[in-house]
Amino acid sequence: MTAPKRAIRWHIGVFLAPAVLIYTAIMILPLVGTLQLALFKAVENVQTFVGLDNFRTLFGDPNWSTGFWNALRNNVWFFVIHMLVQNPIGVMLAALLSSPKLRFSAFYRTAIFVPTVLSFVIVGFAWKLILSPLWGVAPNLLDLVGLKFLFSPWLGKESSALIALSLVSVWQFVGIPMMLIYAALLSIPDEVIEAAECDGVTGMAQFWKIKLPLILPAIGIISILTFVGNFNAFDLIYTAQGALAGPNYSTDILGTFLYRAFFGFQLQVGDPNMGAAIATMMFLIILVGVCFYLFLVQTRLRRYQF
Amino acid sequence: MSKATASPARSIAAHGILILYTIIALFPVLIVIVNSFKSRQAIFREPLMPPTASTFDLIGYVTVMKQGDFLLYFQNSFVVTVVSLFFVLLFGAMAAFALSEYRFRGNTLMGLYLALGIMIPIRLATVAILQLMVASGLVNTLTALVLVYTAQGLPLAIFILSEFMKGVSDDLKNAGRIDGLSEYTIFFRLVLPLVRPAMATVAVFTMIPIWNDLWFPLILAPSESTKTVTLGAQLFLGQYVTNWNAVLAALSLAILPVLILYIAFSRQLIRGITSGAVK
Repeated sequence: MTAPKRAIRWHIGVFLAPAVLIYTAIMILPLVGTLQLALFKAVENVQTFVGLDNFRTLFGDPNWSTGFWNALRNNVWFFVIHMLVQNPIGVMLAALLSSPKLRFSAFYRTAIFVPTVLSFVIVGFAWKLILSPLWGVAPNLLDLVGLKFLFSPWLGKESSALIALSLVSVWQFVGIPMMLIYAALLSIPDEVIEAAECDGVTGMAQFWKIKLPLILPAIGIISILTFVGNFNAFDLIYTAQGALAGPNYSTDILGTFLYRAFFGFQLQVGDPNMGAAIATMMFLIILVGVCFYLFLVQTRLRRYQF
Repeated sequence: MSKATASPARSIAAHGILILYTIIALFPVLIVIVNSFKSRQAIFREPLMPPTASTFDLIGYVTVMKQGDFLLYFQNSFVVTVVSLFFVLLFGAMAAFALSEYRFRGNTLMGLYLALGIMIPIRLATVAILQLMVASGLVNTLTALVLVYTAQGLPLAIFILSEFMKGVSDDLKNAGRIDGLSEYTIFFRLVLPLVRPAMATVAVFTMIPIWNDLWFPLILAPSESTKTVTLGAQLFLGQYVTNWNAVLAALSLAILPVLILYIAFSRQLIRGITSGAVK
Protein backbone atom coordinates (compact mmCIF):
# COMPACT_ATOMS: atom_id res chain seq x y z
CA MET A 1 0.00 0.00 0.00
CA THR A 2 1.58 3.24 -1.10
CA ALA A 3 -0.67 6.24 -0.67
CA PRO A 4 -3.23 5.85 2.11
CA LYS A 5 -6.46 4.98 0.36
CA ARG A 6 -9.30 7.37 1.01
CA ALA A 7 -12.16 5.88 2.97
CA ILE A 8 -15.28 5.12 1.01
CA ARG A 9 -17.38 8.24 1.13
CA TRP A 10 -20.68 6.68 2.05
CA HIS A 11 -22.42 10.01 2.30
CA ILE A 12 -22.24 10.51 -1.48
CA GLY A 13 -24.20 7.32 -1.89
CA VAL A 14 -26.67 8.34 0.79
CA PHE A 15 -27.23 11.70 -0.87
CA LEU A 16 -27.72 10.20 -4.30
CA ALA A 17 -29.58 7.01 -3.49
CA PRO A 18 -33.19 8.18 -2.95
CA ALA A 19 -33.34 10.30 -6.10
CA VAL A 20 -31.54 7.77 -8.28
CA LEU A 21 -33.63 4.85 -6.98
CA ILE A 22 -37.01 6.53 -7.49
CA TYR A 23 -36.01 7.99 -10.83
CA THR A 24 -34.69 4.66 -12.06
CA ALA A 25 -37.54 2.56 -10.73
CA ILE A 26 -40.46 4.77 -11.76
CA MET A 27 -39.12 6.44 -14.87
CA ILE A 28 -36.18 4.76 -16.57
CA LEU A 29 -37.09 1.09 -16.03
CA PRO A 30 -40.73 1.59 -17.11
CA LEU A 31 -39.50 3.53 -20.12
CA VAL A 32 -37.23 0.65 -21.07
CA GLY A 33 -40.04 -1.75 -20.18
CA THR A 34 -42.42 0.08 -22.51
CA LEU A 35 -39.94 -0.04 -25.37
CA GLN A 36 -39.53 -3.74 -24.66
CA LEU A 37 -43.28 -4.42 -24.49
CA ALA A 38 -43.56 -3.07 -27.99
CA LEU A 39 -41.69 -6.18 -29.15
CA PHE A 40 -44.11 -8.59 -27.48
CA LYS A 41 -47.66 -9.68 -28.08
CA ALA A 42 -50.21 -11.40 -25.87
CA VAL A 43 -50.87 -14.81 -27.44
CA GLU A 44 -53.49 -16.61 -25.33
CA ASN A 45 -52.62 -14.34 -22.43
CA VAL A 46 -48.93 -15.17 -22.58
CA GLN A 47 -46.52 -12.43 -23.60
CA THR A 48 -44.61 -13.78 -26.57
CA PHE A 49 -41.69 -12.19 -28.33
CA VAL A 50 -42.72 -11.17 -31.83
CA GLY A 51 -39.91 -8.87 -32.88
CA LEU A 52 -41.13 -5.95 -34.93
CA ASP A 53 -44.56 -7.43 -35.65
CA ASN A 54 -46.39 -4.72 -33.75
CA PHE A 55 -44.71 -2.09 -35.85
CA ARG A 56 -45.58 -4.03 -38.99
CA THR A 57 -49.20 -3.95 -37.84
CA LEU A 58 -48.96 -0.27 -36.99
CA PHE A 59 -47.65 0.64 -40.44
CA GLY A 60 -49.07 -2.18 -42.56
CA ASP A 61 -52.59 -2.82 -41.27
CA PRO A 62 -54.84 -0.07 -42.66
CA ASN A 63 -56.92 -0.12 -39.45
CA TRP A 64 -53.87 1.11 -37.58
CA SER A 65 -51.79 2.89 -40.17
CA THR A 66 -54.49 5.34 -41.29
CA GLY A 67 -55.02 6.30 -37.63
CA PHE A 68 -51.32 6.62 -36.99
CA TRP A 69 -50.51 8.73 -40.04
CA ASN A 70 -53.55 10.88 -39.38
CA ALA A 71 -52.46 11.46 -35.78
CA LEU A 72 -48.88 12.15 -36.84
CA ARG A 73 -49.96 14.58 -39.55
CA ASN A 74 -52.26 16.41 -37.12
CA ASN A 75 -49.50 16.48 -34.55
CA VAL A 76 -47.09 18.02 -37.05
CA TRP A 77 -49.70 20.67 -37.85
CA PHE A 78 -50.24 21.25 -34.16
CA PHE A 79 -46.50 21.85 -33.78
CA VAL A 80 -46.24 24.05 -36.90
CA ILE A 81 -49.07 26.30 -35.68
CA HIS A 82 -47.34 26.64 -32.32
CA MET A 83 -44.05 27.56 -33.95
CA LEU A 84 -45.65 30.06 -36.32
CA VAL A 85 -48.04 31.71 -33.89
CA GLN A 86 -47.02 31.09 -30.29
CA ASN A 87 -43.31 31.77 -30.54
CA PRO A 88 -43.43 34.94 -32.67
CA ILE A 89 -46.14 36.40 -30.40
CA GLY A 90 -44.04 35.43 -27.39
CA VAL A 91 -40.98 37.12 -28.84
CA MET A 92 -42.96 40.24 -29.72
CA LEU A 93 -44.50 40.53 -26.27
CA ALA A 94 -41.12 39.98 -24.63
CA ALA A 95 -39.51 42.62 -26.82
CA LEU A 96 -42.21 45.12 -25.85
CA LEU A 97 -42.00 44.22 -22.17
CA SER A 98 -38.25 44.52 -22.00
CA SER A 99 -38.08 48.16 -23.09
CA PRO A 100 -36.67 49.88 -20.00
CA LYS A 101 -39.10 52.77 -19.73
CA LEU A 102 -42.29 50.76 -20.03
CA ARG A 103 -44.73 51.30 -17.18
CA PHE A 104 -46.96 48.57 -15.71
CA SER A 105 -44.70 45.93 -17.20
CA ALA A 106 -45.02 43.75 -14.08
CA PHE A 107 -48.78 43.86 -14.45
CA TYR A 108 -48.73 42.85 -18.13
CA ARG A 109 -46.26 40.06 -17.39
CA THR A 110 -48.37 38.64 -14.60
CA ALA A 111 -51.63 38.91 -16.55
CA ILE A 112 -50.36 37.36 -19.77
CA PHE A 113 -48.91 34.42 -17.84
CA VAL A 114 -52.23 33.61 -16.11
CA PRO A 115 -53.52 31.10 -18.73
CA THR A 116 -50.28 29.12 -18.48
CA VAL A 117 -50.88 28.18 -14.85
CA LEU A 118 -54.45 26.99 -15.45
CA SER A 119 -55.08 23.32 -16.07
CA PHE A 120 -56.00 21.95 -19.48
CA VAL A 121 -59.36 20.91 -18.14
CA ILE A 122 -60.26 24.49 -17.32
CA VAL A 123 -58.83 25.88 -20.54
CA GLY A 124 -60.37 23.21 -22.75
CA PHE A 125 -63.81 23.55 -21.25
CA ALA A 126 -63.84 27.32 -20.96
CA TRP A 127 -62.99 27.65 -24.65
CA LYS A 128 -65.46 24.97 -25.58
CA LEU A 129 -68.15 27.07 -23.92
CA ILE A 130 -66.94 30.33 -25.43
CA LEU A 131 -66.77 28.92 -28.96
CA SER A 132 -70.08 27.13 -28.59
CA PRO A 133 -72.78 28.46 -30.90
CA LEU A 134 -75.30 27.81 -28.08
CA TRP A 135 -73.76 30.45 -25.87
CA GLY A 136 -73.43 33.61 -27.88
CA VAL A 137 -70.07 34.83 -26.56
CA ALA A 138 -67.97 34.41 -29.68
CA PRO A 139 -70.65 35.61 -32.16
CA ASN A 140 -71.53 38.53 -29.85
CA LEU A 141 -67.92 39.60 -29.70
CA LEU A 142 -67.48 39.35 -33.45
CA ASP A 143 -70.66 41.37 -33.80
CA LEU A 144 -69.09 44.16 -31.76
CA VAL A 145 -66.40 44.58 -34.42
CA GLY A 146 -68.83 43.93 -37.26
CA LEU A 147 -67.46 40.53 -38.19
CA LYS A 148 -70.34 38.32 -37.13
CA PHE A 149 -70.52 36.65 -40.54
CA LEU A 150 -67.12 35.07 -39.83
CA PHE A 151 -68.47 32.98 -36.98
CA SER A 152 -68.99 29.27 -37.38
CA PRO A 153 -68.88 26.42 -34.86
CA TRP A 154 -65.16 25.96 -35.35
CA LEU A 155 -64.69 23.12 -32.89
CA GLY A 156 -67.40 21.09 -34.55
CA LYS A 157 -66.08 21.28 -38.10
CA GLU A 158 -63.50 18.88 -39.42
CA SER A 159 -61.75 21.59 -41.39
CA SER A 160 -61.23 24.00 -38.50
CA ALA A 161 -61.30 22.01 -35.25
CA LEU A 162 -57.57 21.26 -35.16
CA ILE A 163 -56.61 24.85 -35.96
CA ALA A 164 -59.01 26.16 -33.31
CA LEU A 165 -57.61 23.81 -30.67
CA SER A 166 -54.03 24.64 -31.64
CA LEU A 167 -54.81 28.30 -31.19
CA VAL A 168 -56.38 27.61 -27.80
CA SER A 169 -53.18 25.83 -26.83
CA VAL A 170 -51.17 28.78 -28.15
CA TRP A 171 -53.33 31.09 -26.05
CA GLN A 172 -52.55 28.99 -23.00
CA PHE A 173 -48.80 28.66 -23.45
CA VAL A 174 -47.69 31.93 -24.99
CA GLY A 175 -46.49 32.94 -21.52
CA ILE A 176 -43.59 30.47 -21.60
CA PRO A 177 -41.77 31.79 -24.69
CA MET A 178 -42.58 35.30 -23.51
CA MET A 179 -40.89 34.76 -20.14
CA LEU A 180 -37.85 32.92 -21.48
CA ILE A 181 -37.23 35.48 -24.22
CA TYR A 182 -37.84 38.27 -21.73
CA ALA A 183 -35.16 36.80 -19.47
CA ALA A 184 -32.78 36.48 -22.40
CA LEU A 185 -33.38 40.09 -23.45
CA LEU A 186 -32.73 41.33 -19.91
CA SER A 187 -29.43 39.48 -19.81
CA ILE A 188 -28.03 41.39 -22.80
CA PRO A 189 -25.36 43.69 -21.34
CA ASP A 190 -26.13 47.40 -21.39
CA GLU A 191 -22.79 48.16 -23.08
CA VAL A 192 -23.86 46.24 -26.18
CA ILE A 193 -27.06 48.28 -26.45
CA GLU A 194 -25.20 51.52 -25.76
CA ALA A 195 -22.63 50.71 -28.40
CA ALA A 196 -25.42 50.06 -30.87
CA GLU A 197 -27.04 53.36 -30.03
CA CYS A 198 -23.77 55.23 -30.47
CA ASP A 199 -23.61 53.73 -33.93
CA GLY A 200 -27.13 54.96 -34.57
CA VAL A 201 -28.75 51.53 -34.51
CA THR A 202 -32.04 52.05 -32.66
CA GLY A 203 -35.63 50.91 -32.60
CA MET A 204 -36.61 48.10 -34.94
CA ALA A 205 -33.19 47.90 -36.57
CA GLN A 206 -31.66 47.44 -33.13
CA PHE A 207 -34.03 44.57 -32.41
CA TRP A 208 -33.42 42.75 -35.68
CA LYS A 209 -29.67 43.33 -35.91
CA ILE A 210 -28.48 43.29 -32.31
CA LYS A 211 -30.99 41.71 -29.96
CA LEU A 212 -32.43 38.95 -32.13
CA PRO A 213 -29.08 37.29 -32.87
CA LEU A 214 -28.27 37.45 -29.16
CA ILE A 215 -31.48 35.72 -28.09
CA LEU A 216 -31.26 32.95 -30.69
CA PRO A 217 -30.16 30.39 -28.06
CA ALA A 218 -33.30 31.17 -26.07
CA ILE A 219 -35.41 30.77 -29.20
CA GLY A 220 -33.70 27.41 -29.69
CA ILE A 221 -34.68 26.38 -26.19
CA ILE A 222 -38.32 27.36 -26.58
CA SER A 223 -38.47 25.58 -29.93
CA ILE A 224 -37.35 22.30 -28.43
CA LEU A 225 -39.62 22.76 -25.40
CA THR A 226 -42.53 23.37 -27.77
CA PHE A 227 -41.58 20.32 -29.80
CA VAL A 228 -41.42 17.97 -26.81
CA GLY A 229 -44.59 19.45 -25.31
CA ASN A 230 -46.57 19.19 -28.55
CA PHE A 231 -45.60 15.64 -29.42
CA ASN A 232 -46.51 14.60 -25.92
CA ALA A 233 -49.76 16.57 -25.72
CA PHE A 234 -52.99 14.87 -24.78
CA ASP A 235 -54.97 16.69 -22.11
CA LEU A 236 -56.37 19.60 -24.12
CA ILE A 237 -57.69 17.43 -26.95
CA TYR A 238 -59.07 14.89 -24.49
CA THR A 239 -60.85 17.59 -22.50
CA ALA A 240 -62.29 19.48 -25.43
CA GLN A 241 -63.07 16.66 -27.86
CA GLY A 242 -62.94 13.45 -25.81
CA ALA A 243 -60.81 10.37 -26.43
CA LEU A 244 -62.22 10.03 -29.94
CA ALA A 245 -60.66 13.38 -30.87
CA GLY A 246 -63.63 14.33 -33.01
CA PRO A 247 -65.12 15.41 -35.30
CA ASN A 248 -64.16 12.26 -37.22
CA TYR A 249 -60.63 12.08 -35.73
CA SER A 250 -59.74 15.45 -37.21
CA THR A 251 -58.08 16.55 -33.95
CA ASP A 252 -56.45 13.20 -33.18
CA ILE A 253 -52.82 13.55 -32.14
CA LEU A 254 -50.32 10.93 -31.00
CA GLY A 255 -51.25 11.30 -27.32
CA THR A 256 -54.94 10.59 -27.87
CA PHE A 257 -54.10 7.85 -30.37
CA LEU A 258 -51.89 6.20 -27.75
CA TYR A 259 -54.63 6.51 -25.16
CA ARG A 260 -57.20 4.81 -27.39
CA ALA A 261 -54.83 2.05 -28.43
CA PHE A 262 -53.85 1.37 -24.83
CA PHE A 263 -57.30 1.48 -23.24
CA GLY A 264 -59.52 0.59 -26.14
CA PHE A 265 -62.54 2.54 -27.29
CA GLN A 266 -65.98 1.66 -28.51
CA LEU A 267 -65.67 -1.86 -29.96
CA GLN A 268 -61.92 -2.18 -29.97
CA VAL A 269 -60.27 -3.77 -26.94
CA GLY A 270 -57.30 -2.04 -25.36
CA ASP A 271 -53.94 -3.47 -26.36
CA PRO A 272 -50.97 -2.61 -24.13
CA ASN A 273 -48.50 -3.92 -26.70
CA MET A 274 -49.80 -1.72 -29.49
CA GLY A 275 -49.90 1.14 -26.98
CA ALA A 276 -46.25 0.44 -26.24
CA ALA A 277 -45.47 0.42 -29.96
CA ILE A 278 -47.07 3.85 -30.37
CA ALA A 279 -45.26 5.14 -27.27
CA THR A 280 -42.03 3.85 -28.83
CA MET A 281 -42.72 5.81 -32.00
CA MET A 282 -43.38 8.93 -29.91
CA PHE A 283 -40.16 8.27 -28.02
CA LEU A 284 -38.22 8.03 -31.27
CA ILE A 285 -39.77 11.21 -32.67
CA ILE A 286 -38.95 13.15 -29.51
CA LEU A 287 -35.47 11.62 -29.38
CA VAL A 288 -34.76 12.66 -32.97
CA GLY A 289 -35.98 16.18 -32.19
CA VAL A 290 -33.90 16.46 -29.04
CA CYS A 291 -30.76 15.10 -30.74
CA PHE A 292 -31.27 17.44 -33.68
CA TYR A 293 -31.44 20.31 -31.22
CA LEU A 294 -28.52 19.22 -29.03
CA PHE A 295 -26.08 18.32 -31.78
CA LEU A 296 -27.02 20.60 -34.66
CA VAL A 297 -28.77 23.66 -33.31
CA GLN A 298 -27.27 24.24 -29.90
CA THR A 299 -23.63 23.76 -30.90
CA ARG A 300 -24.02 26.31 -33.68
CA LEU A 301 -25.76 28.83 -31.49
CA ARG A 302 -23.18 28.76 -28.75
CA ARG A 303 -20.85 31.22 -30.42
CA TYR A 304 -23.37 33.97 -29.81
CA GLN A 305 -23.20 33.58 -26.06
CA PHE A 306 -21.15 35.86 -23.88
CA MET B 1 -29.53 59.11 -28.16
CA SER B 2 -31.87 56.72 -26.42
CA LYS B 3 -34.70 59.21 -26.91
CA ALA B 4 -35.39 57.64 -30.26
CA THR B 5 -36.42 54.36 -28.63
CA ALA B 6 -38.88 56.01 -26.29
CA SER B 7 -40.87 58.32 -28.53
CA PRO B 8 -44.49 58.76 -27.36
CA ALA B 9 -46.04 57.17 -30.45
CA ARG B 10 -43.89 54.11 -30.01
CA SER B 11 -44.75 53.82 -26.36
CA ILE B 12 -48.48 54.22 -27.02
CA ALA B 13 -48.29 51.51 -29.66
CA ALA B 14 -46.45 49.25 -27.21
CA HIS B 15 -49.07 49.79 -24.54
CA GLY B 16 -51.83 49.26 -27.08
CA ILE B 17 -50.50 45.86 -28.11
CA LEU B 18 -49.83 44.79 -24.53
CA ILE B 19 -53.29 45.87 -23.35
CA LEU B 20 -54.90 44.06 -26.26
CA TYR B 21 -53.02 40.90 -25.45
CA THR B 22 -53.76 41.20 -21.74
CA ILE B 23 -57.46 41.36 -22.62
CA ILE B 24 -57.11 38.30 -24.83
CA ALA B 25 -55.35 36.46 -22.01
CA LEU B 26 -57.78 37.38 -19.25
CA PHE B 27 -61.10 37.62 -21.06
CA PRO B 28 -61.97 33.88 -21.20
CA VAL B 29 -61.15 33.50 -17.51
CA LEU B 30 -63.20 36.54 -16.53
CA ILE B 31 -66.20 35.64 -18.64
CA VAL B 32 -66.40 32.22 -17.02
CA ILE B 33 -66.15 33.60 -13.49
CA VAL B 34 -68.59 36.46 -14.13
CA ASN B 35 -71.22 34.22 -15.69
CA SER B 36 -70.97 31.65 -12.92
CA PHE B 37 -72.76 34.13 -10.65
CA LYS B 38 -75.71 34.59 -12.98
CA SER B 39 -79.04 32.89 -13.52
CA ARG B 40 -79.45 30.56 -16.45
CA GLN B 41 -81.44 32.99 -18.57
CA ALA B 42 -78.99 35.83 -17.98
CA ILE B 43 -76.08 33.58 -18.96
CA PHE B 44 -77.58 33.12 -22.38
CA ARG B 45 -79.29 36.44 -22.92
CA GLU B 46 -76.44 38.74 -21.97
CA PRO B 47 -73.26 36.70 -21.71
CA LEU B 48 -71.02 39.75 -21.73
CA MET B 49 -72.78 41.63 -18.90
CA PRO B 50 -71.72 41.45 -15.25
CA PRO B 51 -74.34 40.06 -12.85
CA THR B 52 -76.87 42.60 -11.61
CA ALA B 53 -79.15 42.37 -8.59
CA SER B 54 -81.86 40.72 -10.66
CA THR B 55 -79.63 38.25 -12.48
CA PHE B 56 -77.39 37.29 -9.56
CA ASP B 57 -77.75 33.59 -8.80
CA LEU B 58 -75.63 31.04 -6.96
CA ILE B 59 -77.56 28.00 -8.17
CA GLY B 60 -74.52 26.68 -10.02
CA TYR B 61 -72.38 26.62 -6.89
CA VAL B 62 -75.20 24.94 -4.95
CA THR B 63 -75.36 22.18 -7.57
CA VAL B 64 -71.61 21.67 -7.52
CA MET B 65 -71.49 21.50 -3.74
CA LYS B 66 -74.37 19.03 -3.65
CA GLN B 67 -73.28 16.73 -6.44
CA GLY B 68 -69.55 16.61 -6.63
CA ASP B 69 -67.32 15.43 -3.87
CA PHE B 70 -65.13 18.41 -4.55
CA LEU B 71 -63.81 18.78 -1.03
CA LEU B 72 -62.44 15.26 -1.15
CA TYR B 73 -60.96 15.90 -4.61
CA PHE B 74 -59.31 19.04 -3.36
CA GLN B 75 -57.91 17.15 -0.42
CA ASN B 76 -56.52 14.43 -2.72
CA SER B 77 -54.91 16.97 -5.03
CA PHE B 78 -53.48 18.80 -2.07
CA VAL B 79 -52.01 15.68 -0.47
CA VAL B 80 -50.53 14.44 -3.74
CA THR B 81 -49.04 17.81 -4.63
CA VAL B 82 -47.57 18.57 -1.20
CA VAL B 83 -46.12 15.11 -0.60
CA SER B 84 -44.62 14.88 -4.10
CA LEU B 85 -43.24 18.36 -3.73
CA PHE B 86 -41.62 17.46 -0.41
CA PHE B 87 -39.88 14.42 -1.88
CA VAL B 88 -38.82 16.23 -5.04
CA LEU B 89 -37.27 19.03 -3.01
CA LEU B 90 -35.61 16.81 -0.40
CA PHE B 91 -34.28 14.09 -2.71
CA GLY B 92 -33.58 16.56 -5.48
CA ALA B 93 -31.53 18.80 -3.21
CA MET B 94 -29.62 15.84 -1.77
CA ALA B 95 -28.72 14.53 -5.23
CA ALA B 96 -27.87 18.02 -6.47
CA PHE B 97 -25.57 18.46 -3.49
CA ALA B 98 -23.81 15.19 -4.17
CA LEU B 99 -23.32 16.10 -7.84
CA SER B 100 -22.15 19.64 -7.28
CA GLU B 101 -20.07 19.16 -4.13
CA TYR B 102 -18.11 15.95 -4.52
CA ARG B 103 -15.83 14.80 -7.26
CA PHE B 104 -16.24 11.10 -7.76
CA ARG B 105 -15.98 8.70 -10.63
CA GLY B 106 -19.08 8.80 -12.83
CA ASN B 107 -20.16 12.20 -11.62
CA THR B 108 -20.74 13.66 -15.09
CA LEU B 109 -22.34 10.46 -16.31
CA MET B 110 -24.71 10.44 -13.34
CA GLY B 111 -25.59 14.06 -14.04
CA LEU B 112 -26.40 13.27 -17.66
CA TYR B 113 -28.38 10.19 -16.65
CA LEU B 114 -30.52 12.24 -14.29
CA ALA B 115 -30.92 15.03 -16.87
CA LEU B 116 -32.42 12.62 -19.44
CA GLY B 117 -35.77 13.00 -17.78
CA ILE B 118 -35.91 16.72 -18.50
CA MET B 119 -36.34 16.07 -22.20
CA ILE B 120 -38.00 12.65 -22.29
CA PRO B 121 -41.52 12.85 -20.87
CA ILE B 122 -42.42 10.22 -18.27
CA ARG B 123 -45.77 9.82 -20.01
CA LEU B 124 -44.16 7.62 -22.64
CA ALA B 125 -43.48 5.05 -19.91
CA THR B 126 -47.16 4.86 -18.95
CA VAL B 127 -47.82 1.34 -20.24
CA ALA B 128 -45.10 -0.18 -18.06
CA ILE B 129 -45.83 2.14 -15.12
CA LEU B 130 -49.41 0.89 -15.04
CA GLN B 131 -48.18 -2.71 -15.08
CA LEU B 132 -45.76 -1.91 -12.28
CA MET B 133 -48.48 -0.33 -10.18
CA VAL B 134 -50.87 -3.23 -10.85
CA ALA B 135 -48.16 -5.70 -9.85
CA SER B 136 -47.41 -3.84 -6.63
CA GLY B 137 -51.06 -3.26 -5.79
CA LEU B 138 -50.75 0.50 -5.89
CA VAL B 139 -53.44 1.17 -8.51
CA ASN B 140 -56.05 3.57 -7.18
CA THR B 141 -53.85 4.82 -4.37
CA LEU B 142 -52.44 8.28 -3.96
CA THR B 143 -49.04 6.63 -3.36
CA ALA B 144 -48.89 5.69 -7.04
CA LEU B 145 -49.39 9.31 -8.04
CA VAL B 146 -46.84 10.56 -5.51
CA LEU B 147 -44.23 8.11 -6.81
CA VAL B 148 -44.80 9.06 -10.44
CA TYR B 149 -44.78 12.80 -9.77
CA THR B 150 -41.66 12.54 -7.64
CA ALA B 151 -39.87 10.76 -10.48
CA GLN B 152 -41.23 13.30 -12.94
CA GLY B 153 -40.10 16.31 -10.91
CA LEU B 154 -36.64 15.12 -9.90
CA PRO B 155 -34.66 15.69 -13.13
CA LEU B 156 -35.44 19.39 -13.46
CA ALA B 157 -35.11 19.95 -9.71
CA ILE B 158 -31.66 18.36 -9.64
CA PHE B 159 -30.57 20.33 -12.69
CA ILE B 160 -31.67 23.72 -11.34
CA LEU B 161 -30.54 23.09 -7.75
CA SER B 162 -27.07 21.87 -8.69
CA GLU B 163 -26.54 25.03 -10.75
CA PHE B 164 -27.35 27.04 -7.63
CA MET B 165 -25.34 24.86 -5.23
CA LYS B 166 -22.23 25.40 -7.31
CA GLY B 167 -22.53 29.03 -6.22
CA VAL B 168 -22.42 28.32 -2.48
CA SER B 169 -19.05 29.37 -1.10
CA ASP B 170 -16.53 26.60 -0.48
CA ASP B 171 -14.99 28.49 2.43
CA LEU B 172 -18.19 28.22 4.40
CA LYS B 173 -18.43 24.47 3.90
CA ASN B 174 -14.73 23.97 4.67
CA ALA B 175 -15.06 26.05 7.82
CA GLY B 176 -17.85 23.71 8.84
CA ARG B 177 -15.67 20.68 8.12
CA ILE B 178 -12.84 22.09 10.25
CA ASP B 179 -15.32 22.56 13.07
CA GLY B 180 -16.03 18.87 12.79
CA LEU B 181 -19.49 19.01 11.25
CA SER B 182 -20.53 15.89 9.38
CA GLU B 183 -21.33 16.11 5.67
CA TYR B 184 -25.01 15.69 6.53
CA THR B 185 -24.97 18.62 8.94
CA ILE B 186 -23.20 20.74 6.36
CA PHE B 187 -25.88 19.94 3.84
CA PHE B 188 -28.91 20.41 6.08
CA ARG B 189 -27.64 23.27 8.26
CA LEU B 190 -25.41 25.29 5.95
CA VAL B 191 -26.27 24.65 2.32
CA LEU B 192 -30.03 24.12 2.36
CA PRO B 193 -30.86 27.46 4.01
CA LEU B 194 -28.66 29.23 1.47
CA VAL B 195 -30.41 27.79 -1.58
CA ARG B 196 -33.90 28.48 -0.25
CA PRO B 197 -34.75 30.92 -3.08
CA ALA B 198 -33.83 28.30 -5.67
CA MET B 199 -35.93 25.75 -3.76
CA ALA B 200 -38.92 28.09 -4.00
CA THR B 201 -38.44 28.39 -7.75
CA VAL B 202 -38.21 24.64 -8.15
CA ALA B 203 -41.29 24.26 -5.94
CA VAL B 204 -43.39 26.45 -8.19
CA PHE B 205 -42.16 24.73 -11.36
CA THR B 206 -42.87 21.32 -9.88
CA MET B 207 -46.22 22.18 -8.38
CA ILE B 208 -48.11 23.52 -11.41
CA PRO B 209 -47.83 20.45 -13.65
CA ILE B 210 -48.65 18.10 -10.77
CA TRP B 211 -51.76 20.00 -9.74
CA ASN B 212 -52.96 20.30 -13.34
CA ASP B 213 -52.16 16.79 -14.55
CA LEU B 214 -55.00 14.76 -15.99
CA TRP B 215 -53.22 11.82 -17.59
CA PHE B 216 -51.88 9.93 -14.56
CA PRO B 217 -54.94 10.40 -12.29
CA LEU B 218 -57.06 9.14 -15.19
CA ILE B 219 -54.91 6.06 -15.68
CA LEU B 220 -53.48 5.24 -12.26
CA ALA B 221 -56.09 6.46 -9.77
CA PRO B 222 -59.55 6.95 -11.28
CA SER B 223 -61.48 5.54 -8.30
CA GLU B 224 -63.95 7.75 -6.47
CA SER B 225 -61.85 8.04 -3.31
CA THR B 226 -58.59 8.95 -5.06
CA LYS B 227 -59.78 11.38 -7.74
CA THR B 228 -57.81 14.60 -7.93
CA VAL B 229 -59.59 17.86 -8.50
CA THR B 230 -58.50 18.01 -12.16
CA LEU B 231 -59.94 14.58 -12.89
CA GLY B 232 -63.01 15.25 -10.75
CA ALA B 233 -63.68 18.47 -12.61
CA GLN B 234 -63.21 16.73 -15.96
CA LEU B 235 -65.76 14.02 -15.10
CA PHE B 236 -68.16 16.47 -13.49
CA LEU B 237 -68.05 18.75 -16.53
CA GLY B 238 -68.64 15.83 -18.86
CA GLN B 239 -71.59 14.67 -16.82
CA TYR B 240 -73.25 18.06 -16.34
CA VAL B 241 -72.45 19.37 -19.78
CA THR B 242 -75.97 20.70 -20.29
CA ASN B 243 -76.23 22.37 -16.88
CA TRP B 244 -74.45 25.60 -17.68
CA ASN B 245 -74.74 27.05 -14.21
CA ALA B 246 -73.06 24.05 -12.69
CA VAL B 247 -70.36 23.87 -15.36
CA LEU B 248 -69.46 27.53 -15.02
CA ALA B 249 -69.44 27.28 -11.22
CA ALA B 250 -67.23 24.18 -11.30
CA LEU B 251 -64.83 25.90 -13.69
CA SER B 252 -64.67 28.97 -11.45
CA LEU B 253 -64.04 26.83 -8.40
CA ALA B 254 -61.20 25.12 -10.23
CA ILE B 255 -59.74 28.42 -11.43
CA LEU B 256 -59.84 30.39 -8.19
CA PRO B 257 -57.41 28.47 -5.95
CA VAL B 258 -54.81 28.33 -8.74
CA LEU B 259 -55.32 31.99 -9.51
CA ILE B 260 -54.94 33.03 -5.87
CA LEU B 261 -51.81 30.91 -5.43
CA TYR B 262 -50.41 32.28 -8.66
CA ILE B 263 -50.98 35.89 -7.69
CA ALA B 264 -49.39 35.20 -4.30
CA PHE B 265 -46.32 33.55 -5.82
CA SER B 266 -46.11 35.25 -9.19
CA ARG B 267 -43.15 37.36 -8.21
CA GLN B 268 -41.25 34.28 -7.07
CA LEU B 269 -42.17 32.40 -10.21
CA ILE B 270 -41.19 35.18 -12.57
CA ARG B 271 -37.95 35.84 -10.74
CA GLY B 272 -37.22 32.13 -10.96
CA ILE B 273 -37.79 32.02 -14.69
CA THR B 274 -35.88 35.18 -15.41
CA SER B 275 -32.88 34.29 -13.25
CA GLY B 276 -32.10 30.65 -13.78
CA ALA B 277 -33.89 29.13 -16.72
CA VAL B 278 -31.82 30.54 -19.55
CA LYS B 279 -28.17 29.77 -19.30
